[in-house]
Amino acid sequence: MTRSPRRLAPMVLLLALALTACGGTTKESAQSENTAPPATESAAKANPDAPLKQGLKLAFLPKQINNPYETIVDKAGIEAAKEFAAQAKEVGPSDASASSQISYINTLIQQGQDAILIAANDANAVCGPLKQAMAKGIKIVSYDSDAAPECRDIFINQASSEEVGRSQVKLLAEMVGHKGEIAILSATANATNQNTWIDFMKDELGKPEYKDMKLVKVAYGDDDDQKSFQQTQGLLQAYPDLKGIISPTTVGVSAAARYISGSKYKGEIVLTGLGTPNQMRQFVKDKTVEKFALWNPKDLGYLASYAAAALASGQITGEQGETLKAGKLGTRTIGENGEIILGPPFTFDAGNIDDFDF
Amino acid sequence: MTALAAGGRSARDLAGLVFRARELSLVAALAALVLVTTVVNPNFLSGQGVEDIFLNTSILALLAVGQTMVVITRNIDLSVGSVVGLVAFATGKFLAADPDGRGIVTALVFGVAIGAACGLLNGLLVSFCRVPALVVTLGTLYVIQGVDHYVAHGQQINAVDLPPALLHLGNEGVLGVPFLPMITVAVMLAVGYYLRSYPSGREFYAIGSSPDAARLAGIPVRRRILFAYLFSGALAGLAGVLWLARFGTVIAGTARGYELLVVSAVVVGGVAIVGGVGTVYGAALGALLLTTIGSALVVLKVSSFWQQAITGALLLLAITVDRLLALRVARLLRRRNARHGG
Repeated sequence: MTRSPRRLAPMVLLLALALTACGGTTKESAQSENTAPPATESAAKANPDAPLKQGLKLAFLPKQINNPYETIVDKAGIEAAKEFAAQAKEVGPSDASASSQISYINTLIQQGQDAILIAANDANAVCGPLKQAMAKGIKIVSYDSDAAPECRDIFINQASSEEVGRSQVKLLAEMVGHKGEIAILSATANATNQNTWIDFMKDELGKPEYKDMKLVKVAYGDDDDQKSFQQTQGLLQAYPDLKGIISPTTVGVSAAARYISGSKYKGEIVLTGLGTPNQMRQFVKDKTVEKFALWNPKDLGYLASYAAAALASGQITGEQGETLKAGKLGTRTIGENGEIILGPPFTFDAGNIDDFDF
Repeated sequence: MTALAAGGRSARDLAGLVFRARELSLVAALAALVLVTTVVNPNFLSGQGVEDIFLNTSILALLAVGQTMVVITRNIDLSVGSVVGLVAFATGKFLAADPDGRGIVTALVFGVAIGAACGLLNGLLVSFCRVPALVVTLGTLYVIQGVDHYVAHGQQINAVDLPPALLHLGNEGVLGVPFLPMITVAVMLAVGYYLRSYPSGREFYAIGSSPDAARLAGIPVRRRILFAYLFSGALAGLAGVLWLARFGTVIAGTARGYELLVVSAVVVGGVAIVGGVGTVYGAALGALLLTTIGSALVVLKVSSFWQQAITGALLLLAITVDRLLALRVARLLRRRNARHGG
């Protein structure tokens, strides 16, 4: 999807790798003249030409270790780390709670990792330990779900929150003909990413072209199959005129699809949201769901991995306007609040779903 | 036990009536809830609405039936949630490996066998090693969960990987009656009949009322307790396969925390947590009530945050009522015995 055929970036990377590999040659010192040796460089100033260091230790800390989506992201990130000879690993709690992430952060600090990549279960609860890590020179990259901006260096946003929110509304509006009652089935009530998207959805719905669409309810399925199932049933009963549901969470949208596919509502209600192709394949084929969206989680992990390495090598510091060189993905510019955006969400439908396997 | 024996038949009837009142009051609460919700939103009692409630209840009620068997013997099985998760994932993986060749029957046998193995482990530890049930099943809860995570390895089972016949089992039925509730009702009736009418069934109650007295009376206490766990485990295995059939999408950690809901359903349903009292019908009604509350709150547009609070309040209420009833029955029996010179 976002595989832009940029040949230049990998070349730059290879060059950088080659340079690091033969570290200590005159050529290298010429390259990074001002900041040599990069190892001792403080975070004060970025040196875009600094090579990616070898043997970096990166640790992925997902929301929860067995979440299939996060597993895809982290695996891709660990793969990417091999490209620049870093050691990457995934550790994390088996429940999606902030308190269990904290003990993992503390352990990672003690292990002296070079960078921690975290999908925060709570933007603020993990902030204290992350700050301690930063104080020890560990770089923090948040991905998937952001931590508070002051306790991480960079946030890899899967897609701009604004774009996700607005595009979901557009997608649904096209399918229901810009008319009727709609509802949102979210994950937990305090999930950072969900709430930002929902705010943008509401904002988009305020535009005149959606004047005939009405958001009647935001329901929470807590990213739990059974609960999302029951919430979908309840929504359809409580709002008999409901025309469409947006479920911007992979668990929610597949549970909702599963319920609708086996109920009398199939064909009457339009469901869309953010889901993975493997999860949704069945429901696209049986015509419960026409279209849904997502970014490529593999690219997300890949980009996060490169961002962590670039930070730890001093190529970037997380300031707005700096450029990140991210291997096969090309370059990304750091935006406001230290955010890097992966790209626009991709829409899956019956025509293209079989091209993807994740 | 002694009081019952001395009081004779009339005392047993009295006690029976008091406890039957519990099931009646559950039915009344359920009726009131359904009535209010239907008045607010007539859709609640539509065909699809009723079907949904029974489908949602089926798995919980099935587990509650198994749990009742254990709780009646003054034990508890906290590992059922983990067993459901493990079985759902393992069966999913088993089927996904060869979706065309492996039918529902193999899946059911496979799932029930895993569940029974877990139950057997619990049962052996509790009955023969005499470790307190709470600790044993808390331990196996984590062990089984760990195994589940190990088997899953961050993967996911998707509906598309499963044979269509299994998905039909989870969502369809004959003559408009879905399969899931049919299975649950059949199991419930069979277990209810066994516990009430077979001498060995009555022995479960005797063990729960007073394990020492039961042993002295020659009841094979260990064997019965072992059986109760084996049965609860096997039902959890069945529930796991049905879970897979119903939801289609399964990850590690599925049904995590479900055991607490099961215990709640059992207690709300009038099964005394100290053993010896209660029926599987009550437990199934408890499951139905808890599920209906969940659905009703959504339909009534009450915030879902209240759902847990209400479940908790019901639990406290149920335990209070249990305690009051027990005291009252004890007093009545004492008075009666005194009058009869017993």
